[in-house]
Amino acid sequence: MARVKLVTIAHARSGDKGDTANVGLIALKPEYYPVLVHEVTAERVKKHFAEICLSTVERFELPNLGALNFLLHESLDGGGTLSLKADAQGKTYSAALLRMEIDVPDDLLSKNPVSG
Amino acid sequence: MIRIANGQGFWGDSLEAPLEQLRRGPIDYLTLDYLAEVTMSILQKQRSRDPRAGYARDFVDMIGRGASDIATRGIKVVANAGGVNPEACRDAVAKALNRPGTKIGVVAGDDIMASLDGLIARGVALKSMDTGEPLSSIRPRVQSANVYFGAAAIANALAQGAQIVITGRTTDTGLVLGPMMHEFNWRCDDWDKLAAGTIAGHTVECGAQCTGGNCQVDWQSIPHFEDIGYPVIEAEADGTFVVTKHAGTGGRVTVASIKEQLLYEMGDPHEYITPDCVADFTTIQLQQDGPDRVRFSGIQGKPATAMYKVSISYSAGFKAIGTLMYSWPGAYQKAKAADTILRQRLERLGLRFDAIRSEFAGVNACHGSLAGEPAPDIAEVILRFGVRGQDKAAIERFTKEIAPLALNGPPTVTGLGAGRPKVEEIVAYWPALIPKTEVSPQISVQET
Repeated sequence: MARVKLVTIAHARSGDKGDTANVGLIALKPEYYPVLVHEVTAERVKKHFAEICLSTVERFELPNLGALNFLLHESLDGGGTLSLKADAQGKTYSAALLRMEIDVPDDLLSKNPVSG
Repeated sequence: MIRIANGQGFWGDSLEAPLEQLRRGPIDYLTLDYLAEVTMSILQKQRSRDPRAGYARDFVDMIGRGASDIATRGIKVVANAGGVNPEACRDAVAKALNRPGTKIGVVAGDDIMASLDGLIARGVALKSMDTGEPLSSIRPRVQSANVYFGAAAIANALAQGAQIVITGRTTDTGLVLGPMMHEFNWRCDDWDKLAAGTIAGHTVECGAQCTGGNCQVDWQSIPHFEDIGYPVIEAEADGTFVVTKHAGTGGRVTVASIKEQLLYEMGDPHEYITPDCVADFTTIQLQQDGPDRVRFSGIQGKPATAMYKVSISYSAGFKAIGTLMYSWPGAYQKAKAADTILRQRLERLGLRFDAIRSEFAGVNACHGSLAGEPAPDIAEVILRFGVRGQDKAAIERFTKEIAPLALNGPPTVTGLGAGRPKVEEIVAYWPALIPKTEVSPQISVQET
């Protein structure tokens, strides 16, 4: 197992709906998707965003896109125009998730090197 | 096959993009999205000052500049530029177009501001989808209320011969699905096809955000952001489509750029609810179909719900945000000291707020403590200090406490050139649902 940051094997995009931020997490290669499903659970994402997400995290699977979608409830200081955050729409939360460290089987990485 | 282009992802997007979409390659339809949730309240205020205002002026200017392209090539234009005054927008567009005999359609009826009290009296509570509270709890503070209509009304206006369709509050996805329903004679219960058109609309509704803009995969190699191509859909009658861009433009359309946009502002991917259908994003099959071309297939949908979504805006207090920039040495320590001093001074003044928030740009404004500790010799840090509350006088008083720190606090501070922070009225968003039986779109098509 290798400990790597998610940015090594995934890309992401985030947005908002009111006070809920969404982060779509996408495997850079199809073979990385099962690793995302196994490692990046709703519980771990909640822990990762503990300071930012004041409520729960929901996870949805999109195997057809090799992607997971996370809903981070109560994460935008009220959201929209209420928010005092510089990033009131959670646009950079995608990158914040990519900071998370996960375990990836060595052979998966060595067979399929991806440049950071 | 028909080509549907998007030339505007939000009000404030590139003024040139719609014209580039008209001129740089073949299209049949140009769609333009001008309305965000809070735009309606701004437009409502404009109309209360001037009965001929309350729509997206940028759209009228764009029609003026593109008039000859639109007229000579018979390109149809669909835009939610009508805001809270689509009829006035139509009159201004007719004048800017200056082509007698052109049919312009208007989709109105979405503005339910005048009928709110009647609806509440009849038991339509318009509960907040976020909190479950009834609208009556904030009724006096409501500034605008608009129903999101769907694609069917747009298709209807096109069927009546409209070359330009101007709507009030319609869904962004309806701007794209409407032309498909019209061109391909899709039935209102052909859920898979309606879902396909909806997903096509979702893909392009943010303009260049699906053609390389904001794309995280190998972004450094994405060519010519300065000339980025906005999306063009090549739609087929069977519900399959390709998303591409005009040849020779910058940007990049890949499965990766498309996937990112598909997930943007996504809730439950199984249930993407619009007035037209419920689209299932887990059924989308994507395939790279040559350079800058991504093919969509396999999309499935489910029946539409019995409700329309309503976008309600209301006054929710005031806020102000001030900034102070501190340089090396000890930039972060100085900014943190300024934060403490400001909080102490507000306390001594006896000012009370619903929220005070400080962030340190360069250190933690985007990712909080996930970003880790900054380098000890960090070049500069910006303290961004915001307050929110119901008492406007308290917010006003706060705005006068930033500038003194230029002289009476920690050293090497700058960035105060713009003067005192501005007090902003907070216009908040109240999403609700209304039965479809309570309201219906008003469609009119007139020849100029």
